[in-house]
Amino acid sequence: MNKSVKHRSAGHSRFKRYLPLYLMMIPGLVYLGINNYIPMAGIIIAFKKVNYAKGVLKSPWVGFKNFEFLFTSKDAWVITRNTILYNLVFIVLGTVLSVAVAIILNEIRLKRAKKVYQTLILIPFLISIIVVSYLSYAFLSTDNGFINNSIIKAAGGEPVNWYAEPAYWPFILTLVFLWKSFGYNSIIYYATVVGIDQSYYEAAAIDGATRWERVKYITFPGLKSTIITLTLLAVGRIFYSDFGLFYLIPMNSGPLFDVTNTIDTYVYRGLMQMNNIGMSSAAGLYQSIVGFILVLTANSIVTKLSKDDALF
Amino acid sequence: MVEHDRLNQVILNIIMIILCLFCVLPFVLLVSSSITDEAALVKYGYSFIPKKVSFEAYRYLLGSSTAIVRGYGITILVTVVGTFLNLVITTLLAYPLSRHDLPGRNVVAFIIFFSMLFNGGIVPSYIMWSQIFHIKNTIWALIVPNLMMNAFYVIMMRTNFNANVPDALIEAARIDGADEWTILAKIVLPISKPILATVTLMVGLSYWNDWINGLYYINKDKYFSIQILLNRMLQDVQFLKTSSIGSQSGSLLATLPSVGIKMAVAVMGVLPIMVIYPFFQKYFIKGITIGAVKG
Repeated sequence: MNKSVKHRSAGHSRFKRYLPLYLMMIPGLVYLGINNYIPMAGIIIAFKKVNYAKGVLKSPWVGFKNFEFLFTSKDAWVITRNTILYNLVFIVLGTVLSVAVAIILNEIRLKRAKKVYQTLILIPFLISIIVVSYLSYAFLSTDNGFINNSIIKAAGGEPVNWYAEPAYWPFILTLVFLWKSFGYNSIIYYATVVGIDQSYYEAAAIDGATRWERVKYITFPGLKSTIITLTLLAVGRIFYSDFGLFYLIPMNSGPLFDVTNTIDTYVYRGLMQMNNIGMSSAAGLYQSIVGFILVLTANSIVTKLSKDDALF
Repeated sequence: MVEHDRLNQVILNIIMIILCLFCVLPFVLLVSSSITDEAALVKYGYSFIPKKVSFEAYRYLLGSSTAIVRGYGITILVTVVGTFLNLVITTLLAYPLSRHDLPGRNVVAFIIFFSMLFNGGIVPSYIMWSQIFHIKNTIWALIVPNLMMNAFYVIMMRTNFNANVPDALIEAARIDGADEWTILAKIVLPISKPILATVTLMVGLSYWNDWINGLYYINKDKYFSIQILLNRMLQDVQFLKTSSIGSQSGSLLATLPSVGIKMAVAVMGVLPIMVIYPFFQKYFIKGITIGAVKG
């Protein structure tokens, strides 16, 4: 002990002592610098007319021209609306379903059944969104799909061209989202439920509380803090969408863009398919900045509501 | 009372069984369609019970096309190398951060944390990787961008080291003359196996399932991983025929079972995960639960 106190007093040996720890951090910090911080500086692209031949730095400045083009187009409204509305629906339905499943899992007494349920509902989370697009295609394909062939034809109806009918897609995308994510969120909520002090339940049982009363007055309040945190996290990310869900599941089908185009798919198409870097980077920066403001706002709201649940 | 309770249990179990079927049935449709005869598929569409069983699609995929085997090779390579690099970088960053006595650790923690709140977006990132680092159509494109370190796991691991490695243990080792590298390797890592296993699984899963890096940076079929191959084939099943690495045998070209093969190739894509999942299920659930506790 004495030795280490002596160690700390000498500035030079102190640096020498921590040097290995600083060295350890170098690969991570270099990676973070390249992968995350250089692109942050790259947001200047949104104010330029990029010319690959000249390079980004030498490309001419165009001020807010890219943003003018973006916000005078109909696209800006459509992608903002879609991104936000889908997220709101996802947050509400996803939370209700996951919390309900967590509570049901907690109420079920068969230990083995409980394990099996947890294992099965997590499967969709493990699968790449590409495979999910195959699964939805197996149901929806116009010529060979299960729904057209086995359900609609059997009922004597006319086959539906699913990938060209925008009206169905808000439901389809919501269903796919819930399918893929509810198991994961249920497990998180279930972990919280399991962590609730069992003595509350025992006391309630002695007082003669019914099962439903116990859920209402113990389980639910016990979950409140996790619900608040996860919901506000999701609200903070309301300007971001799952690119794979909105790009792959509708199979990039043009007639559906009005209800499937989100900020993320728009940025991708602008960059990779239409070679419109200006608009694409303007939309990307719009997303980054509004997204950043939303995260900070969401966090300050949690801080006000219950300090312990705040993220930072 | 007891009767009432039993009824409750039955209802709750039925609800869960329905939800589980909701999760699993799409896979039944997938597998069943993949082993259905092509002519039956064309006539009746994809269905839950094969009208006529045939393994032609698999025979074609495995027998006359090298694309799938190659895709597996690329995916396995990328997953192994990527996960290893990620684990090394993450651990080496998380451990010093967990040391309360390290001067400047709050600054570093902030730099990491800020990267989770704000990002430059995909456009600058794409231009940087393709124009400055020239990783397009190299194997590095599938390993390096975005996946090689996740700030979230760094913070998660740091918190875990803080909670599970007693300061006194490190202090004692130092008094015994151990240097920092030895302390990390001989003391911290052995008692942190659960978190290492969890991060390995989560990172491995994200490499295995990644298709976005492939979408942006790969257009040569030489580097097609299994996910990129799947993505390409859903839009264009003929890709298997036209691909330079696809078919070897000319005689089979004409009989590509294009409807069934789509489902067979998707089965090939999920099969490895489905096979290993039961063995690692415990860790996946643990990973999600640990991840949920904020850093």
